[in-house]
Amino acid sequence: MSALLDVERLEVGFGGTAAVRGASLTVERGETHCLVGESGCGKSVTSLAIMNLLARGGHRTAQRLTFQGEDLLKLDDRGMARLRGNAMAMIFQEPMTSLNPAYTIGSQMTEVMRRHKKVSQRVATDRAADLLGRVGITAPGLRLGQFPHQLSGGLRQRVMIAMALMCEPQLLIADEPTTALDVTVQAQILRLLAQLQRDLGLGMLLITHDLGIVARVAHRVSVMYAGEVVESAATAQLFADPRHPYTQGLLRCVPVPGKQRQDEPLGSIPGTVPRIGPGFEGCGFRDRCSFADATCAHTVPPQTAAPGHDYLCRLAP
Amino acid sequence: MLRFLVRRLIVALLVAATVMTLAFILTRLSGDLAISIAGPNATASDIEAVRKAYGLDRPVLEQFFDWVGRAVTGDLGNSYFFQTRVSTLIAERMPVTLTLGLTGLSLALLLSIPMGILAAVRENTSFDRAVQMVALIGQAMPSFWLGLLLMIVFGLTLGWLPISGTGSWEHFVMPGTVLAFSAVPALTRLTRAGMIQAMGSDYIRTARAKGLSRASILLKHALRNAAIPVVAIAAVQLGFMLGGSIVIEQVFALHGVGFLAWESIAKNDFPVVQAVVLVLAVIYVALTMVSDLLNAVLDPRLRA
Repeated sequence: MSALLDVERLEVGFGGTAAVRGASLTVERGETHCLVGESGCGKSVTSLAIMNLLARGGHRTAQRLTFQGEDLLKLDDRGMARLRGNAMAMIFQEPMTSLNPAYTIGSQMTEVMRRHKKVSQRVATDRAADLLGRVGITAPGLRLGQFPHQLSGGLRQRVMIAMALMCEPQLLIADEPTTALDVTVQAQILRLLAQLQRDLGLGMLLITHDLGIVARVAHRVSVMYAGEVVESAATAQLFADPRHPYTQGLLRCVPVPGKQRQDEPLGSIPGTVPRIGPGFEGCGFRDRCSFADATCAHTVPPQTAAPGHDYLCRLAP
Repeated sequence: MLRFLVRRLIVALLVAATVMTLAFILTRLSGDLAISIAGPNATASDIEAVRKAYGLDRPVLEQFFDWVGRAVTGDLGNSYFFQTRVSTLIAERMPVTLTLGLTGLSLALLLSIPMGILAAVRENTSFDRAVQMVALIGQAMPSFWLGLLLMIVFGLTLGWLPISGTGSWEHFVMPGTVLAFSAVPALTRLTRAGMIQAMGSDYIRTARAKGLSRASILLKHALRNAAIPVVAIAAVQLGFMLGGSIVIEQVFALHGVGFLAWESIAKNDFPVVQAVVLVLAVIYVALTMVSDLLNAVLDPRLRA
């Protein structure tokens, strides 16, 4: 059986900028796949490209882009709209602005179900109340009649999660769902996502730049850098045996209680992600990499460290 | 919601009171009313007689409070020229002006909202630029001139529409169009700007991520938010149209309130002038309140 979501060599360009350059990843049913990387590396664009929600001027191509075996590249707007919010749902980084200020929570939650399933308003409202309870919102009946501005950021993100689950999706794409929230709320939302993922058997593509989150919830991790997936492995494998210098650098940036010595400074990666135009050759990380030499300006062939552990670096062992 | 209403009502009353005071002062600033009423050939004793007859010999403050006291009970005094009650005069003329204003506003909204939405959806295309050009021309064209042009083309050359009077609905087509033309530019631009802003917002991305239909995204989610400033301005525009129809009522010889105001100014019928100013101001204030209320209906964040 094919993977739930299969992305092969996805390219996204915005005019003269290549935002995603040949990124490949798969999400299996019931698996949490984390996409990590620093700001501007193309994580969000990748997720938006999968949903075909790119902003104006964005253009996507791919060798393969299938969901449940269906070719998303062949779907027109109408066909894609049939899947979105239904079999594949998405939640965003900005809970404060992602709900329409003019409509009640209930109206926004029920409309997605009424759009995709043949159910009465009554059934949709019951499901919405049920899901609000499931995402830990007390007094769901009251919340359904409230407007977004009457809810805190954490509550709004819970509403977004509940709304995404209305049509029992197979795949949930969560684009940095906790970044805009308080630290305490972040932990709650993550626990909630992880629990829902287990209970409902969701395939989840979780985009984050927080490796702490990855360690806790991911089955599989893909590290993105400058529009490429530079390393991909099962979570334990990646943390135990990072191959790509960028992955190694990322891991050094995270303090590990007990392992970190007081007198040893926390690691950091010098420089920033380069702006990459079309036709860029070689390793995108070479300007920031302490191992880089002349060969890094040539195209890097994919390497395999172990079954299911791939990386993009000719120098790493 | 109740507090919101009460607050708006208090502001409205204060504005109305200010306007009453101003209307009273301004009519008296134009000169000695007794002299202008008595006419150019009046003797000094005639003027004194007029002054007595109309109570203009009383202290100004007394006159003012007398007028305000009557006005709040609905008694706006008698016209010097028509020898009838001012309230009757205005009530007779109001339907024409209201019909004209509502025709103008409806036409304006019917034109500008679809044009604004389409221009926003096709941002930076030739359609968008054409709409902006129409808006610019509309803004620059004086209404009396447009009125005359329409009269020449549709009234005289083509003979499709009557050029003056209020006999049938056809009489309101041209003046209504002229009034609409003055409101279309602002309303179109507001709709366009609001839609562009809304369509770029996060909640529209959410709506798209929910797989909603294009119609639902545009009309339910985006327009609802884009309409908030449009509604506010539309209500104010109706006020402008009712008060500013003086010119159009002249051009098309419509006997509305604007026409009455013009006549009364020419004849120094100052109770009528004062009353027309007051009535239009009250309507204006009421429309502003209606616009606030509509805004609160459209935007739940304002209901606090």
